[in-house]
This record gives sequence, structure tokens and C-alpha cells, in this order.
Amino acid sequence: MPKNAGTGKWRKLPNRIEGTVMATPNTPLWEVFIRSRNGLAHKHVGSLHASDATMALQNARDLYTRRGEGLSIWVVPSNAITASDPAEKGMMFEPAESKIYRHPTFYEVPDEVGHM
Amino acid sequence: MAVASISVSETPLVLYTLRRADDALILGHRLSECCGHAPMLEEDMALANMGLDLLGQARELYSYAAKVEGKGNDEDKLAYLRDVRQYRNLLLLEQPNGDFAHTMVRQFFYSAFADLYWRAMMKSSDPTLAAIAAKSEKESAYHLRHSSEWIVRLGDGTEQSHARAQAAIDHLWAFTGEMFEADASERGLIDAGISIDPASLRPQWLKTVADVVNEATLALPQSDWMQQGGRDGRHSEHLGHLLSELQSMQRTFPGATW
Repeated sequence: MPKNAGTGKWRKLPNRIEGTVMATPNTPLWEVFIRSRNGLAHKHVGSLHASDATMALQNARDLYTRRGEGLSIWVVPSNAITASDPAEKGMMFEPAESKIYRHPTFYEVPDEVGHM
Repeated sequence: MAVASISVSETPLVLYTLRRADDALILGHRLSECCGHAPMLEEDMALANMGLDLLGQARELYSYAAKVEGKGNDEDKLAYLRDVRQYRNLLLLEQPNGDFAHTMVRQFFYSAFADLYWRAMMKSSDPTLAAIAAKSEKESAYHLRHSSEWIVRLGDGTEQSHARAQAAIDHLWAFTGEMFEADASERGLIDAGISIDPASLRPQWLKTVADVVNEATLALPQSDWMQQGGRDGRHSEHLGHLLSELQSMQRTFPGATW
């Protein structure tokens, strides 16, 4: 868990079961991750409703792999994801912007090194 | 209807292939009727996907039937220009969608059969049928998994979903016997290794179905009285209505494309 969990600095994604927006009542929301090829990472592709993990996996197959997009699917309950607060993006991300020396392109490579 | 029906020379292999093609088309069409009407968006897509799988199977089977017949018919003529008495599908598959439980139980009963059937047909001595079987088996396996999961959730869900699932099983049960029948026309193909005897699949089918139904806290009816007639073109009142919708465009505007 992040250090600030529970202090209000980090927030859970909205739990749409308990929330007021319930397009499909009592049906939890799931996030879907697809790996398109061997060697690549699973990538977030979207979300869906399903009553449980098994149905979420089947729905993911039916919604997100219709055109041969995937070799592997992960589904994760949306409310299991802890997200950063967009209002804190200054504190969170701006300090990195001035550290250009963290990019490899900052450094000049001597010609003698050849290809790296 | 502006265009007359075609006639088909139903040699045993043509008839056999048409029967399977009609199964796939009619169930696929029933599933397409759910498009935009399923209880949730995710299931809307799942039903349409299964419908498209079946439509693909139907196209391959009709094309093969037309080729075997060799009388200038094609997949479109076989689908759009045969009347209700010329259709050879199982009665189970033309039954209306009803509520979601009926749609799923119908899918479950048929997929449990089709999965076994196509897997066995992969060993057909007819290479085209064996290839169609290999493709269809993978699709049917998923249809079976998807419908099985729903049967469990409907049966072991709420009081209402349980009652509706049981009512659907009780209503559709009498249509399941027809899946395992083979008439004289089909016997020759079975003896030649072109098709397989569907009756040999019934014990495994019954086990698959009973396991899921038990897990769903539902019960299979005790009755063994079974409806039949679809394979010979004697259909329930529902198929004529289905065909009038499915065929209206080609009957009114022959050969129309877009």
C-alpha cells in the first residue's frame, strides 16, 4: 500500500457499486488488460461490467478480442485499483520535469563507443 | 413473396449438410434478434459474437451443400429461397428467445451437443466436413462454456432467476431428443465414416448437462417424451415467422446486394 493510504492523499477509484451511477445495478466494474503478443506487457484496454471474475474474463474476451487483439487477458476489479489524485499532479510529477539528466539523451556518447 | 422457392436435390450428403447448415443459420438468426435487446451491453456483444460464429458455420456448410448438389444453387439461394417445409433444422433452435433464461438454456442444450458433435466429426472421412468441424468445435466449446456459466448463475442466483431457468429447462427439454436421431438417409453416411452416429454422444451430453444443472441447483425433467419433425421439414409455428423476416429482402428484391 502507498504510504499515504487512508489519509485522503490517495484515493480509491470510485466504487460504482456503492456510488450513485449504476447503469447496471449490482454488477461490479472490472478493468481489462490485454497482452497482444508474447514478450509484450499486458496493456489496459478498457472496462466492463460482470457479476464475478469468471464472467468478467468471458466478457473481456467478447468485448475486447473480437479482431484478434490478444493472446492473454487479465481482469481486475476496478475498486482494487488505487489511483493518484489529478489535483496533486504538481507535487507528484512536476519535480521530475527539471531532471533532464535522467534521460539517456542528456549524455553525449563519445564516437569511439560506437553503437550502444 | 415475389420470388419462388428453389428446389433442392436432397441426396444423402446434401441433406446431411443442409440439416447442419440450417441448425447454424436458425440459431444464429435467433441470437441476432437479441442484438440491442440483451439485459446488459456485455451480454449483447457475447450473444452477437455467438450468432456470428454460427452464421460463419452456416455459410461454409451451405456452400458445401451447393457444391455437392452441383445444380447451380449457392449459399444465398439455399438460405433465402427455401420455404419453411424445406428447412431441416432442429426444432429446439427455432424456438423463440423468450426471456434470457430461455435463450441461455436453448444455447446450453445445443452447445453441449454441438461441442461433442463437431469434435467427433473432425475424424470424418469427408475432408471438407472435417475442416468445418475443426473450426466449429472451437466455437462451440466457447458457446458451451459461456452458456454453462450463465446456467449456474441463473439457477443458483435469485429466487426469480432460479424459477425462470427451471421453467426454461422444463419447456425446452422435449426438444433435445431430436439432436440424437439419425434417419435412414443418414445411416449410409454413418456407415461410410462421413458422419457419426449422434446417438453415441447422448451419454456424454447427459453427463455434461446434468453436472451443470446440478451445480446450478436446478433439475432435469424425468420425462423422456421427445418432439421431432424438424429434420423432415415439419416445424413449429415459429419458423415460418422467422423465415419471413430473414428472407423478406431477397424475396422482394432478388439478388439485392449492398
